[in-house]
Amino acid sequence: MTKTILVMTTVALSAAAMAAPQAFDFKDPKGVNNAVFKLDAPLEAINGTASGVSGTISFDADDPEKLTGKIVIAAGSLTVPNPTMQEHLHGEQWMDVAQFPEITFESTKVANVKTSGNKTTADITGQLTIRGVTKEVTAPVSFTYLKDRLADRTMGQMQGDLLVVRTTFTIQRADYGINPKAPADKVAEEIELTLSLAGAAPKK
Amino acid sequence: MRIGLRIAAGLLLGITLVVWLATGAHTGWTKTRVTTMRIDPITELEYPEIEKKFVAGVDVLGAGTLPALALFGCSYLFKSQPTKKRKDHKP
Repeated sequence: MTKTILVMTTVALSAAAMAAPQAFDFKDPKGVNNAVFKLDAPLEAINGTASGVSGTISFDADDPEKLTGKIVIAAGSLTVPNPTMQEHLHGEQWMDVAQFPEITFESTKVANVKTSGNKTTADITGQLTIRGVTKEVTAPVSFTYLKDRLADRTMGQMQGDLLVVRTTFTIQRADYGINPKAPADKVAEEIELTLSLAGAAPKK
Repeated sequence: MRIGLRIAAGLLLGITLVVWLATGAHTGWTKTRVTTMRIDPITELEYPEIEKKFVAGVDVLGAGTLPALALFGCSYLFKSQPTKKRKDHKP
């Protein structure tokens, strides 16, 4: 009798552990995680990248609708190829990185979840904060759950799972007070953001 | 003076064109960083690899070409030196 209870408890605990959401850390030591932003401009489009990504997403592969999380991008890591543009981008008129060092996105709602194999797509609604201005945005996000692939990225030093997150969405420059005086015929009002992120959930 | 200004204009234009062509004849703004997108083999994510490299843009082209044209234009402010007539030496 005691043995049966012990086995049942073990099975129940294992099932609970498997169903539990995992916390994926998005501070990537390999420096792969990035955000790409694009604004149209007359001579050539302004293309930039940001690599200072961190944050955590709680994801359950069996129940993706319960996803929660927050992604943080260091505004100081925003980079454009032209040095003068870079100075302007970090300056007060544009991103004012000295006063607003972080860009954050915190999820609040998950909808239209579709899962096929290890891939899940969903519309994630959340609070996007840029330059201290917070607005609600909804972005189509794809998740790829790579079970037991963390070892491949760490040369076997860590065991665990990976979660790959991809999304592209647009925001309006003026909504966040990003140089609202800049005329739209010189720099587009619309900013296209693409996030390519991989989070790790090491097994303890 | 006239010839000197024209030589200076030609040199400036030539150097500007050589620099612009040698760094890739980029038709956008000057770059001091070049981004190449790579693919991570495990996650298949595309990520930027940034390399410090000077690529002259149309601003550099303009900054060299316009003063060269100005120098060439200024050369017309100076009169050309009259060519000396050879005296015929008769024995």
